Amino acid sequence: MNGWSHHLIIAPILIPLVAAAILVVIDERQRVTKAMVSLVSMLLLLTVAFILFRIESGPNGYEGVYLLGNWSAPFGIVLVLDGLSALMLLLTASVAIAALVYSLARWHAMGAHFHSMFQLLLMGVNGAFLTGDLFNLFVFFEVMLAASYGLLLHGSGQLRVKAGMHYIAVNLAAALLFLIGVSLIYGTAGTLNMADLAARIPDMEADRRMLMEAGAGVLGIAFLIKAGMWPLCFWLPTAYSAASAPVAGVFAILSKLGIYVILRLTMLLFDSGPSAGFGSTVLLYGGMATLIFGTIGILASQALGRLAGFSVLVSSGTLLMVLGINDGAVSSGALLYLVSSTLTISAFFMLIELVERSQDAGANVLAVTMEAYGDADEDEPEEGDGVTMPGTMAILGTCFAMCGILLSGLPPLSGFIAKFAMLSAMMGTGAIGVPPTAPVWTLIILVILSGVAALISMTRVGIRTFWTSLEGVVPRVLVIEIVPVMFLLALTLFLTVQANSAMQYMDTTIRTLSNPNLYIDAVRNATVVPGVDDGTGEGY
Amino acid sequence: MEIILSIAIGVMTSCGVWLILRPRTYQVIIGLSLLSYAVNLFIFSVGGVKTNVPPILSEGGGHDVLADPVPQALVLTAIVIGFATTALFLVVLLASRGMTGTDHVDGRGEKR
Repeated sequence: MNGWSHHLIIAPILIPLVAAAILVVIDERQRVTKAMVSLVSMLLLLTVAFILFRIESGPNGYEGVYLLGNWSAPFGIVLVLDGLSALMLLLTASVAIAALVYSLARWHAMGAHFHSMFQLLLMGVNGAFLTGDLFNLFVFFEVMLAASYGLLLHGSGQLRVKAGMHYIAVNLAAALLFLIGVSLIYGTAGTLNMADLAARIPDMEADRRMLMEAGAGVLGIAFLIKAGMWPLCFWLPTAYSAASAPVAGVFAILSKLGIYVILRLTMLLFDSGPSAGFGSTVLLYGGMATLIFGTIGILASQALGRLAGFSVLVSSGTLLMVLGINDGAVSSGALLYLVSSTLTISAFFMLIELVERSQDAGANVLAVTMEAYGDADEDEPEEGDGVTMPGTMAILGTCFAMCGILLSGLPPLSGFIAKFAMLSAMMGTGAIGVPPTAPVWTLIILVILSGVAALISMTRVGIRTFWTSLEGVVPRVLVIEIVPVMFLLALTLFLTVQANSAMQYMDTTIRTLSNPNLYIDAVRNATVVPGVDDGTGEGY
Repeated sequence: MEIILSIAIGVMTSCGVWLILRPRTYQVIIGLSLLSYAVNLFIFSVGGVKTNVPPILSEGGGHDVLADPVPQALVLTAIVIGFATTALFLVVLLASRGMTGTDHVDGRGEKR
């Protein structure tokens, strides 16, 4: 990576920032202009993410290190692009563009500043994926959280305000834990640069190491709250099911952000030395508890929104367990699972709203659930204008069935391939070749059971919605609402067809991650651009 | 000096934790504020407690006459972000009070 393409690394942060700044000053009544600015920014973002992904998946693709302000590594803040962050950027851009297009049908007009908050959310998420500095990670995390508070409340209503209040309180407490963790790490290791930190940890003295590990543990809790590990997850299904459909769709990526940071930090900081494997037991058993909780939740939920919320927990639980095992072959399967499940859950959240339009509100069991968890929305958005989809029920049914197959991990779609890759590696037919131990057997059984539970639940809901609905009310679904859902599901189809090259990419990514020296050297050897202003007043 | 600082942080943290577990929204927000004060002091103290020392290197001065400037920069950022998010939380709290007619965190409780 050289020349102009080097500056592309910072583009995923700058594009949404500039777009958000433009969007804030445009009057709220100029909806078309706002939508266009937002859409152009998203298309640019998708293009940049795709170019970065192509560079990383190329033959000689490795770490692009971007020195902000032209300061060399441990002193200035760095942005680091590697296989994992490029993958997450592309995933974020794909999910976000689908959610944005979906929101243009009606949701974006339901309150003020939807587009600005949406862009700022993307800026925070992209920044968190790219940054190589712990405190900078905190700042991007807060940008993302502040925007997500606003987005969760978008559309207002009593249910959202209540869920939003819980969400904000939990995340404010998590942010404070984040700060405690970061400052403990700085106090003991004397650095906040991730690469520098990774280089220093193996040589730390015992008493300092203990405090540093305490700090890392506190920091980990902040991310586990975001990822929704049991028992830190009770806010998640309520908040996600209360959010408006496009917002919930893009929130699917936020819980994966927690997983991403844990994956990045454990593989980078606790790879070797006396602290090796720190926290993996907590991740393993916490992940199991999350998976059990999510599975029970899926079986118990009657409202579709909560079903999707618990699916997020199942996905998080599976990923956390795999991180706890910390085995290369299993992890690359888990990365594929991460991509596939994010796309599925995002599509599912958006599909739910379309499906529920056909149901008579408050006529069935749903009302009971609504009463138990808060009052139903009083003001649903009015019907938007635009082209209606022909053959609505058939298309909705097909999309729903695809979501069911993907969530339960049945063949032939990518959900199955990802689970198969993970399970075969765990059973020892994969790369490790050792018979599984007792916790691994438990894990295999839990993953399979969660798939069965998802299948039962989705079948039950599917029968109730599509087969036995007596009223025969066909919901009015616009083309721009169903196309994003189909786009996300088409991406999972693409993942299925291209499973081989996808798995190769995941393998390479995990292999690079499991050698932290590559990351450390790349950051340390990054050189400042010569001839640019170095503080002496010369240059340029 | 260190002992006073630690006691202050400890007292504020324990009060804050107790308050955010209370059922009234006003108590929760005061608890969160107290916690953020405690955390800010904590960040400030990880650089080592020193008095009458500037956070810049002077000519001929060594490390012992230097207060670590990084925690000071961190705490400034944390204060600003904490202030903004607490203000936002206050707005949501007022909205919830207006919509449910009660200041219980779950919107339950008797209306007043």
